Amino acid sequence: MDNPLLYLSISVLFIPIISFLILIFFGKRLPRRGDWLATGLLFLNLIISIIILIGLTNSGVYSISFEWFNLGASPLFGELRFSAGFIVDELSAIMLVVVNIISSFVHLFSIKYMEGDKKYHRYFAFLGLFTFSMLGIVLTNNLLIMYVFWELVGVSSYLLIGFWYEKKAPYEAAKKAFIVNRVGDVGFFLGILIIFTTLHTFNFSEIFAGVEAGRLSGGLLTAAGVLLFCGAVGKSAQFPLHVWLPDAMEGPTPVSALIHAATMVAAGVYMVARKFVMFSPDALTVITYIGAITAFIAASIAITQNDIKKVLAYSTISQLGYMIMALGIGAYTYAMFHLVTHAFFKACLFLAAGSIIIGMHHKQDVGDMGGLRKKMPITYYTFLISTLSICGVPFTSGFLSKDSILSASLAFANINGGFHYIIPVVAFGVAALTAFYMFRLLIKTFYGEPRNKEAYDHCKESPFVMTAPLVGLAILSFFAFYTPNPFNAESGWLVKMLEAPEMILAGTSGAVYKILPKVEFLEAVHHAHYTAMFLSLLCAGIGILAAYLFYHWKKVNVKKLTETFNPIYKFSLNKWYFDELYDKTIISGTFLLTRVSNWFDKYIVDGLVNGSGSFTQFSSKVSGKFDNFFVDGLVNLTGGIVAFFGLIFRKIQTGRIQTYIAFLIFGILILFFIFRDML
Amino acid sequence: MSLYDGIFYAFAIITVVSAFIVVLSKNIIYSAVSLFITLFGVAGFFVLLHADFIAVTQIMIYIGGILVLLIFGVMLTTKITDVKLKTKNINALTSAIFVIGITAVLIFIMLTTNWKVAEVVKYDETIDKIGVLLLTDYLLPFEIASIILLIALIGAAMYARKSK
Amino acid sequence: MEVGLNHFLIVSALLFGIGLFALVSRRNAILVLMGIELMLNAANINIIAFSRYGGLGVDGQVISIFVIILAVAEAAIALAIVLNIYNNFSTINIDEVRTLKE
Repeated sequence: MDNPLLYLSISVLFIPIISFLILIFFGKRLPRRGDWLATGLLFLNLIISIIILIGLTNSGVYSISFEWFNLGASPLFGELRFSAGFIVDELSAIMLVVVNIISSFVHLFSIKYMEGDKKYHRYFAFLGLFTFSMLGIVLTNNLLIMYVFWELVGVSSYLLIGFWYEKKAPYEAAKKAFIVNRVGDVGFFLGILIIFTTLHTFNFSEIFAGVEAGRLSGGLLTAAGVLLFCGAVGKSAQFPLHVWLPDAMEGPTPVSALIHAATMVAAGVYMVARKFVMFSPDALTVITYIGAITAFIAASIAITQNDIKKVLAYSTISQLGYMIMALGIGAYTYAMFHLVTHAFFKACLFLAAGSIIIGMHHKQDVGDMGGLRKKMPITYYTFLISTLSICGVPFTSGFLSKDSILSASLAFANINGGFHYIIPVVAFGVAALTAFYMFRLLIKTFYGEPRNKEAYDHCKESPFVMTAPLVGLAILSFFAFYTPNPFNAESGWLVKMLEAPEMILAGTSGAVYKILPKVEFLEAVHHAHYTAMFLSLLCAGIGILAAYLFYHWKKVNVKKLTETFNPIYKFSLNKWYFDELYDKTIISGTFLLTRVSNWFDKYIVDGLVNGSGSFTQFSSKVSGKFDNFFVDGLVNLTGGIVAFFGLIFRKIQTGRIQTYIAFLIFGILILFFIFRDML
Repeated sequence: MSLYDGIFYAFAIITVVSAFIVVLSKNIIYSAVSLFITLFGVAGFFVLLHADFIAVTQIMIYIGGILVLLIFGVMLTTKITDVKLKTKNINALTSAIFVIGITAVLIFIMLTTNWKVAEVVKYDETIDKIGVLLLTDYLLPFEIASIILLIALIGAAMYARKSK
Repeated sequence: MEVGLNHFLIVSALLFGIGLFALVSRRNAILVLMGIELMLNAANINIIAFSRYGGLGVDGQVISIFVIILAVAEAAIALAIVLNIYNNFSTINIDEVRTLKE
């Protein structure tokens, strides 16, 4: 118990909730409505989490469980013991730092962004609540507790997306996000139930031990893995549940940066990584292909969107698809590495977008922008650095992590062969698309002539509290923070720290592919690395070049191109008609079901109820008659007898206690003479 | 007749006679004084029964506490010089018959029952044994007793207050 | 005859009877209380006599301590009641306190 990591992790977890509680109850009365308090506490939290990360290298993994409550023995599951606990290992420590860095920067940024809002203090309170629940997911060593925090994250996301609930779009978006997430969470919950019914525990290490012992195997293990992954599909906005994330951009932009780009959506990836060792080959196949499909769909949508935040949202989905895909092919380390780097540069992009939106007086359409480079130089340079990073240009962090994933995907295809080559093809294609749409966004926003003269004239650079987080996050997008070698991350501390655990089912093969032991896999990745690096640079170069050709040098007539490929363009612009599809099938299906159940309720259930009601009425009339004449007669007779004896016995009541005692003694004597034989 | 027996009979006579005085005396002060002697006699019995601690407790609590309390009650409720100090019995004859009946029954039962008498165990001291028992086997009753005393204290104080 | 269990029991029965007589026949509430004390003492003698002659160790003595404790509480409460009766009825003759009849 005397491990300092325990106290530090407890304080890291509870500082944000303290911030939440103070601000939600007293925020209105605090000076400046408490923003300094929330921001200060979060920076304190950041410092503590860095201490934890450093302390971890000295003390090793720390995990503690304690019994939460005990429901006693049950016939089905044996003893129902529910525990809770912390785990501080490399994975959670790095996530702690990432979440806290972005959360504290977002707090700082929001001071200016949300200035003058009516619910200013409540906004910061919700940020605290979100940070608390996210850190809860990161720190727990227990599936049930993780589920609780998982839902808390959903709630705080709901509160923040719908922060401006006076307007229609945000609350619709909040509702949509919450409901779509719920679909995934049902799967997650079913997965938890499968694990609990077979292994009787929620603790991660006990679950892994149970899987290793073979108490959960075969189809059930695959089902559990896929169902747990469903939770990640919802939270990390994977196909087919990705539709909520673009709508969630209705929330305040710093919130989009914190929740819908860097941390909450990464929770799904984190969750899969946490349980990485227990997935079966078939479950991993599902994960791989879902990730690849998501990456491709989102990238294809992003190239035609015109809302700056929507483009970033789809790019987020696409990058999350990358991470999920990387987890599926077994590249645990690279997925988490990409999660970290992506968190920084995507948060930077979103905050830069927020800065632009403030500068443009809440205009988000890139059609209104252009030429902002001169007006907002700091925003421009930070945006440029993050864009280079996401495109995978050398000397950036994005290059390192993306390159690792790409080489892993190539290695995966080399090992398994066959139609699995589609995975690296999609991955490289998406890399090219990413470079294209990000530079499209950059050129349309910052280069060329201003398209909206009035907005351009009023536009100016954001103040220091907004640019400082931008600069901070942009600096974190350089390679030097992660590795000394700008072309290979293998020797960097982060990759070493996030060393992949050996899969429990390593060496077994599923229906379509085989999990390799870690050493063999790393060997293959190493082998594929230079090919992959060359190809990824080529893809990024093609994408960037195409973007310049299309939008900057105007060598290609974009309008003509879109008219030629009108159906494809429309398809992408309308987001593959996913919303319409869901509207036609699931939502109208639900409405049909409600109408049918309404009819059933009205005519059949109500009919039964009314029928039994009138029957009861009839029988009550009959029993009423019986009651009046027969029962009442008996009761009155009894009463009369009692009254008669009462008249006699009231003489005995003198009101003198001593008389009563005398009678008592007399009674005892009589009893004695009756029972004297028994003495 | 041993010394023990002699002491017993002496105490028995003192106790019973003074108890009769308690009940039959017309003057309530006499009754109180006789009660003092009776309680003292009972304490003597406790000594004879090798219950030295109980005997001391009897003297301290009954004589030092309850009896004083009773005399306070007498003085608070009746003026010393008042005629009312002398109290009468009511229904003395019927009561006497009942009471003699029940006493006879009790004595009859006691004498006819074949009591199982075990070897008499001698203790040098009972205080340490009682102390250990009170804080081990009888800890819960002991604590409850303390709560009851507290409640009685508060209740008595509240109840004896002059109502407004 | 050597003094044994029965001797103590008879004395306690006599005390009990005398206390009961006080309880039943005296008008003065305080004398009634004295009767009750006598009865409690009789019971105590019984308990201790049995604990000595029954070979039951000192447990009986512990029980009698609880009896004494209860007697104290009872005396305190009862005297409070007597005082209250005196305040309300200006008398402590319980045959004049007959509101139980109504």
